[in-house]
Amino acid sequence: MNDNCNEAILPLETTVHAAGKRNWTMTLALSILAVLALAIIAAPVLAPFDPDAVDIASRLLPPSQNHLLGTDHLGRDVLSRLIHGARVSLGAVALISLLVLVLGVAIGGLSGFIGGKVDQITMRICDVFLTFPTFVLAMFMVGVLGTGMTNVVIAIVLSHWAWYARIVRSLTLSMASRDFVLAARVAGAGEFRIFGEHVLPGVIAQILVLTTLDIGHMMLHVSGLSFLGLGISPPTAEWGVMINDAREFVWTQPTLIAWPGLAIFLTVMAFNRVGDALRDRLDPVLAAEVC
Amino acid sequence: MGRYLLGRIALLVPMMLGVSLVIFLMLRLGRGDPALDWLRLSQIPPTDVAIAEARAYLGLDRPLFVQYLSWLWDALHLDFGKSYVTRRDVFEEFVYYLPATLQLGGIAFVLTLGLSIPLGIWAAKFRDKLPDQIVRFVAFLGVSLPNFWLGFLLVLVFSIWLGWLPPFGTGGMAHVVMPAVAIAFMSTAINARLLRASMLEAMGQRHVLYARLRGLGEASVTRRHVLRNALLPIVTAAGMHLGELIGGTLVIENIFAWPGVGRLAVSAIYNRDYPVLQCFTLLMTFIFVLCNLGIDVLYAWLDPRIRIASGDEVRP
Repeated sequence: MNDNCNEAILPLETTVHAAGKRNWTMTLALSILAVLALAIIAAPVLAPFDPDAVDIASRLLPPSQNHLLGTDHLGRDVLSRLIHGARVSLGAVALISLLVLVLGVAIGGLSGFIGGKVDQITMRICDVFLTFPTFVLAMFMVGVLGTGMTNVVIAIVLSHWAWYARIVRSLTLSMASRDFVLAARVAGAGEFRIFGEHVLPGVIAQILVLTTLDIGHMMLHVSGLSFLGLGISPPTAEWGVMINDAREFVWTQPTLIAWPGLAIFLTVMAFNRVGDALRDRLDPVLAAEVC
Repeated sequence: MGRYLLGRIALLVPMMLGVSLVIFLMLRLGRGDPALDWLRLSQIPPTDVAIAEARAYLGLDRPLFVQYLSWLWDALHLDFGKSYVTRRDVFEEFVYYLPATLQLGGIAFVLTLGLSIPLGIWAAKFRDKLPDQIVRFVAFLGVSLPNFWLGFLLVLVFSIWLGWLPPFGTGGMAHVVMPAVAIAFMSTAINARLLRASMLEAMGQRHVLYARLRGLGEASVTRRHVLRNALLPIVTAAGMHLGELIGGTLVIENIFAWPGVGRLAVSAIYNRDYPVLQCFTLLMTFIFVLCNLGIDVLYAWLDPRIRIASGDEVRP
């Protein structure tokens, strides 16, 4: 609504300038994602050592030609563990995102589209789950279910699904009130078909963008739990586990903690950057609402 | 304002009931049999007789809804039972550790506001100049930085290399600095970015142009016409990031050996000390809900439109 004012006051050059910066960070983000993809696909080939091979004789070695990033307290090669860790860390996050997305679309979408009693009850359940601080709920779920990869995935899904259901519901409501849905209804399309063919595609496109933005956040939660020793359990090569392993040696071998943290940081940054760009590109209206 | 507040408080009751139901049911649906864990932590071999006795002792032999109601009734009287491990009263233990957590979280919250507001204003005033670029770059990094890793980096630089700050424990202000910064960094980054955006939007409004045309000074325009509008989204965002702030505090406590409820919870999870875990989850959620209530009230106080919409004041 203030578009005219903004255009009048903001000089044109700012947009050009912003685009220049955008490209620089975007290139970095895409390069990081490319490296990650490579690590995930070709981990066994790229990793110079077996990530789980214990060699006490060569423990806590500083970086050398043989071990480019040194070795950890059990003599395992840090670089190899980082490369293999990409699979576990990103795999867990990918699974979580997929599950949360499916649950969110199924529950939120149907609830919004059906409306009435179903909608009211579902939204009250969502409200309850949204009342918890997310990380506290995730911790509680891990406490109840137990640690380990599967339980961490379940815990994070259970503590995040309500946010997605809520957003998908509001997207569905706005989509269902569009004229083309009315047109389809007038043309005699069944409710099920209207939902599947006319409402859902638009909703999914928007929620996918939001999910990309959220991947970094999920990753921080997963690694935060691993770091507390509540997540994926050792000796799995996973970044959060590696940080937790390295805690004791922060005084003697500080680089041990630096590498996995850097890996998490760069990955989260790359996903955030790409998510931002996708949002701006695909949906300027949504961008305005979320920001 | 009074009616608005009452309405908000009335909403809390069903919410907290739902929360307690989730906490209770998840524990029963979860993997463990509390009786087995109780026996294990009491170092009693789990024979059939012992299990039956433990179930009777813990009240697990009663119907589920009776168990729930009695647990809820006790919880309302701040009786969360005895810890399976220490045998001490769970609520007393929680309250013993809580002040340290509230202190750390509170300082981090104040730090977030105290840093992000000036940074956001600074960036917006110098849009696309150097200050703006610095703030945007730091914010861009800040939203992706894992808080626990930042904590270690701070220890590395300020304790190990420079030797300026104590690496862990409690004591004077020097002990609080690093944990508080590690917790506050991400919220600060998000808030500064948000405030910058909402400042820029508020600057583009017509009433700001009009204030300038009336000949008001730049400082006065910023303070009275831009900032007041721009601060509203910050209040909302502060509420949204409160959950992250709580989560961050719980994690960071474990790095800096901060004697708060985060460490209590982690050891309860390790030991499967269910009464402690239940008490922790329920009361942390309650504190979170109360903070959100405070923020909503602040919001209504800042923005008369909300009070009016709730029917509390007569429309002019």
